[in-house]
Amino acid sequence: MENIFNWGIFPVVKANVLRTNLTESCRNIVQANQSLIARGNGRCYGDSSLGNTIFSTLQLNKFIDFDTENGILTLESGVLLHEILEVCVPKGYFLPVTPGTKFITIGGALASNIHGKNHHKEGAISRYVISFQLLTENGDILQCSQTENTEYYKQTLGGMGLTGIILTVKLQLRKIETAYINQTSIKAKNLTEILDLFEKHKHATYSVAWIDCLTQGKSMGRSILMLGEHAKLSDLKADAKQKPFVVHPNKQLNIPFMFPSFVLNKWSIAAFNFLFYHKQFKQKTNSIIHYNPYFYPLDALDNWNRIYGKNGFTQYQFVIPFENGREGLQKILEKITASGCGSFLAVLKTMGQKEDFESSISFPKEGYTLALDFKISPKVLRLLDELDVLVKQYDGRLYLTKDARMTKEFFKETYTEAFLHDSKFQSLQSQRLDL
Amino acid sequence: MNKTVLIIGSNSDVGQATAYVFAQKGFDVQLASRNLNEYQHKLAKDITIKHEVKADCVFFDGNKLDTHSAFVQNLVPFPDVVVSVFGYLGDQKKAENSIQETVQIINANYTGHVTVLNSIAQIMEENKQGTIIGVSSVAGERGRQSNYIYGSAKAGFTAYLSGLRNRMCQHNVHVATVIPGFINTKMTEGIPTPKPLTAEAKQVAEAIYKAYYKQKNVVYSLFMWRYIMLIIRNIPEFIFKKMKM
Repeated sequence: MENIFNWGIFPVVKANVLRTNLTESCRNIVQANQSLIARGNGRCYGDSSLGNTIFSTLQLNKFIDFDTENGILTLESGVLLHEILEVCVPKGYFLPVTPGTKFITIGGALASNIHGKNHHKEGAISRYVISFQLLTENGDILQCSQTENTEYYKQTLGGMGLTGIILTVKLQLRKIETAYINQTSIKAKNLTEILDLFEKHKHATYSVAWIDCLTQGKSMGRSILMLGEHAKLSDLKADAKQKPFVVHPNKQLNIPFMFPSFVLNKWSIAAFNFLFYHKQFKQKTNSIIHYNPYFYPLDALDNWNRIYGKNGFTQYQFVIPFENGREGLQKILEKITASGCGSFLAVLKTMGQKEDFESSISFPKEGYTLALDFKISPKVLRLLDELDVLVKQYDGRLYLTKDARMTKEFFKETYTEAFLHDSKFQSLQSQRLDL
Repeated sequence: MNKTVLIIGSNSDVGQATAYVFAQKGFDVQLASRNLNEYQHKLAKDITIKHEVKADCVFFDGNKLDTHSAFVQNLVPFPDVVVSVFGYLGDQKKAENSIQETVQIINANYTGHVTVLNSIAQIMEENKQGTIIGVSSVAGERGRQSNYIYGSAKAGFTAYLSGLRNRMCQHNVHVATVIPGFINTKMTEGIPTPKPLTAEAKQVAEAIYKAYYKQKNVVYSLFMWRYIMLIIRNIPEFIFKKMKM
């Protein structure tokens, strides 16, 4: 038995973790256990990949095929995105969709149907999954695609690992001219301004805003919008042109121990936010930066979750439709600022329509999505319950991959489509939500 | 044309890590293992995709001593660097009463290496080039009651490598001895080891590459082990024999 927890360090469970690098053993493990859940690199925040029996996919970490002509990659489910980038960037390809960390497995990416800063324009990862192999509860290995085992294909993409264990994935990559991003940063004084900016720049490939959740009144929602396009070769300076496909460095600074939990408080967060907002003087700036700091700024710090201390933290990420967005976000930010529970990171993005092929518990939905980090405390948990009421009122819902605390009633009211799955695959989250 | 490295014992954690380190430096890789299963083929393909080098699997059984000469004759191409990293920790208590277990430990950690490396050395001597790296163990530096059958086999291997180095030196063939302490691998799974003294397989693999690249004779991984073993070797026998270790 090992102590296992995910990125939020909450909850912590004692679990029996099973590992193998052989397909046949995967089958035996599934057949020999009453209930289990697959787990990749443990970068979901809550209890989505926790259970008494955990199947770790980390030894299924091999590349199977790379068609460099067409940018089609076939790999085992435990390969991390950072390994994919190491292989595909030098060949002029990039991940079609990436979250804010490159330390997740591709299997986890499918199970969460991850989205990135380009969802409003280019959709979730499910749009780029050509096929995958799924090990189901009776030990069958199914080839799933838009034409084979379509129900399994659909329900597995965003299905939180509840349909089986993904063994291999065939993925369509995106062609790039360089490893750099042409970034534009624009400051917004308040919520109205930032939402106007999103509207104005809705054709940008990547867009994301960092929001200061502590400012009140007229400057509530003070933020910086960061837009990005893949840089063309002609955008680069002469020296960078020589090596347009530079891969990210492997160095990380480690946070070696849990910080005392008082380190992050209202004042330290306010100071950080002030500096972050004011470090940019001009209202609008332009720069060419490498994909690594653009997409993965926090990856530079290994174990950054320890900053929150040993009690852990949670991320509260919701999506609400555009038509309710202005009013809804206003109300939600008011609630947060009034509570005094600062969120160290508050990230706003926009989402496009749901895909034809994604699970009925997959998160993306057209609208605004805001992600907030909170240190776990009784006060924060009360605040989140209050936010739930607003999210439901504005026809929104929460991202299961970030969740550790929503109630099954709230879940059923916000995810209304039926979701059937093999009962053998269960997580603490699926049990909590009665899935 | 790429140089070629042969990893004998490519199913071990250190063997795999070594294959990746050499592949990253542009070596074609020959993976020799008695477990020629799905995993070895996946490993070869993964190395090919990640590092754009050739990677092949070959069958090799350390216990089948009379097959070793043929194994070496059939290597195409003949490798520039050979890393002999297979091994078997075995069960000391069981071995004390079992000839079979004892012979298996000795073959996997000593005799098997000798028979295969003899054949390789023969060809390298003729070619007047090549590198042989043997992965031995700190357990071979002094026999202890808890694992002296394994330890004595490794001691034999260390002495063999030293003699081979002496012989091959004049023929432009380099022989390196890599002596790891504790390694965090399948072989030591479930055995508690002190963390600062426990290397990851990748660190040992890097030590192996360094032994090749910098033509080192004896490399300890991690370096502290050189001094720990210096002390252990110098404890007077009348004290050592009473120690529980």
